[in-house]
Amino acid sequence: MSTSSLPENDISGHMTGSRDKAGDSTRALRAQRRAKRSGMLSQGFLSIVTFLWLFPLLYAVYTSFRPFSDTGGSDKGYFSLPSSLTFENYTTAWSDASLLKFFVNTLIIVVPSVILVLMLSSMAAFTVSRYTWKFNLFFLMLFTAGNLLPQQAIIVPLYRLYLAIPLPEFLSGSGTLYDTKLGIILIHVAFQLGFCTFVLSNFMKALPKDLNEAAMLDGAGVFKTFWDIILPLTRPALAALATLQVTWIYNDYFWARTLQTTGDEKPITSALQNLEGVFFTNNNLVAAGSLMVAIPILVVYFALQRHFISGLTLGATKG
Amino acid sequence: MKSSATKLTDSDDLMTPKAAPVRRSRRRASDRLSLISMVGFPAFLHIGLVWIPALLSVILSFTRWNGIGGVDNIEFVGIDNYKSITTINTEFVPALTNNVLWLVVLMAVSTPLGLLLAVLLDKNLKGGRFYQSALYMPVMLSLAVVGFIWELIYSRETGVINAALGSDVDWLGNQSINIWAILVAAIWRHTGYVMILYLAGLKGVDKSLKEAAAIDGASSWQAFRDVVFPVMKPVNIVILVITTIESLRAFDIVDVINGGRFGLELISVLITRNVGGAASRVGYGSALAVILMVVSLVPIISFLSTNLRKEQAS
Repeated sequence: MSTSSLPENDISGHMTGSRDKAGDSTRALRAQRRAKRSGMLSQGFLSIVTFLWLFPLLYAVYTSFRPFSDTGGSDKGYFSLPSSLTFENYTTAWSDASLLKFFVNTLIIVVPSVILVLMLSSMAAFTVSRYTWKFNLFFLMLFTAGNLLPQQAIIVPLYRLYLAIPLPEFLSGSGTLYDTKLGIILIHVAFQLGFCTFVLSNFMKALPKDLNEAAMLDGAGVFKTFWDIILPLTRPALAALATLQVTWIYNDYFWARTLQTTGDEKPITSALQNLEGVFFTNNNLVAAGSLMVAIPILVVYFALQRHFISGLTLGATKG
Repeated sequence: MKSSATKLTDSDDLMTPKAAPVRRSRRRASDRLSLISMVGFPAFLHIGLVWIPALLSVILSFTRWNGIGGVDNIEFVGIDNYKSITTINTEFVPALTNNVLWLVVLMAVSTPLGLLLAVLLDKNLKGGRFYQSALYMPVMLSLAVVGFIWELIYSRETGVINAALGSDVDWLGNQSINIWAILVAAIWRHTGYVMILYLAGLKGVDKSLKEAAAIDGASSWQAFRDVVFPVMKPVNIVILVITTIESLRAFDIVDVINGGRFGLELISVLITRNVGGAASRVGYGSALAVILMVVSLVPIISFLSTNLRKEQAS
């Protein structure tokens, strides 16, 4: 508003030309004042909404630093000023719920999943975006639509399939794909392939066409063209996607909830479900535990915010 | 190694043109093989673990099977499962209602709020970066964590709302209000997503368009309505698609709160109850899954068709 209303007045002032300067300046002044007021209004609205948005998280942080004896265990209750603050909830939650174990599980699942999904989707995207082939559109549609399906639409047969696929004993305690980290990695890769292929093929399509021809004239084969020429140029999109995928796979609750039973094998986000039993009704511990689960992902967010947002908008707006 | 070899034969081609056709066709064959495997392996994985189960959902939805005792025990029952969903099951209608409510509320609250926030942030006000980061933060959290954080607020005995107001409302237990309490948390998480998508859309609008509208004497609101908003049509479609899919997928938060019972039923919850365990009814769960799938085809097709149109244009 502020930027658009000022030039408008300037120009109409110039064009009519006959107006006296005094009138002009009062109009400009009024516009300025209006712009200032609208700026203050925007600031006010944004700060109120932002405060409301931060409140649940700030309250969780606050609760996590208060001893139980000062909140649930006292007459003061949770809506009160602290008489002391402590770090103890974090150490207790960490050890009582054996969070380390679940974090390790998450690491074992997230790292290979993200690497695999980016490798496979960049190969698929390269094929469908850089070569004319009659099935290109079909594959692209298949990948994109598959990614948009609700997970619950495929879970019933998928569960049965996982129970039916045998695995050697050193890979799986159950002897099947069910209840293994490998199974969770595979479904993440299969499912996320859709989104990544879609985004990457849009990105690769925008690269100059003659790159392929130049490579062909140089005698490079398809794979060499992909690996040495196209893939390095795709790096910004890969960085953005990697950030997104780390977050999404880290945050997954559903696949591990349905395709794993053994509590000890679960990644951290689904293991949260068990925490309630461990912490019972101690809100301070629940707060500390939930925040510890949220912290790694918030660190990723603040460190790589630029990549994150560009990844989302790559997929959404340039599609 | 392999690629340097092809390079050698290629320079051979140049020197001995006669041999060229044979060699080139051989190279094309190897190229075709790499192309096929480059798209083939990902497609195999994706089809095998996503589309085959989707297809099996459809087939199983016409059968009765408790999952015990192998595939031979599967019995075809026609459309019985669909019939019992609509007649016998008392949870289906509440679940469907909640899913629809989820969609309508996110559309009615998160979309305009996200758009408004995006328009304000697009003015590059002081502190804009801070507002943006803070408003987007909940999107980073999984809905399971969101559930835990909001339990601290809603809990009857230990929640901050009841403690602050001195009230005794069972926000998460009372069946007439708990879905609304959950929806507040869902809005909290979803609005930042909508905001960031609109913000990207706004940044993509040509500045000169806005200026031209201003010169024509359009007010900010007119300029937005007639110039900016129409340009953002693709963003609107993406937001519509994402919001619909999110509402159909909603599961984590109600599962964490109370397992999706007592007023918090969702179709996803009813399906998941039939996944495993002694009480699971595979055919029945599959029929519910097919209903979910058919509904989700609406946003999927609208998304694909807008993208296909672009494909043809380019």
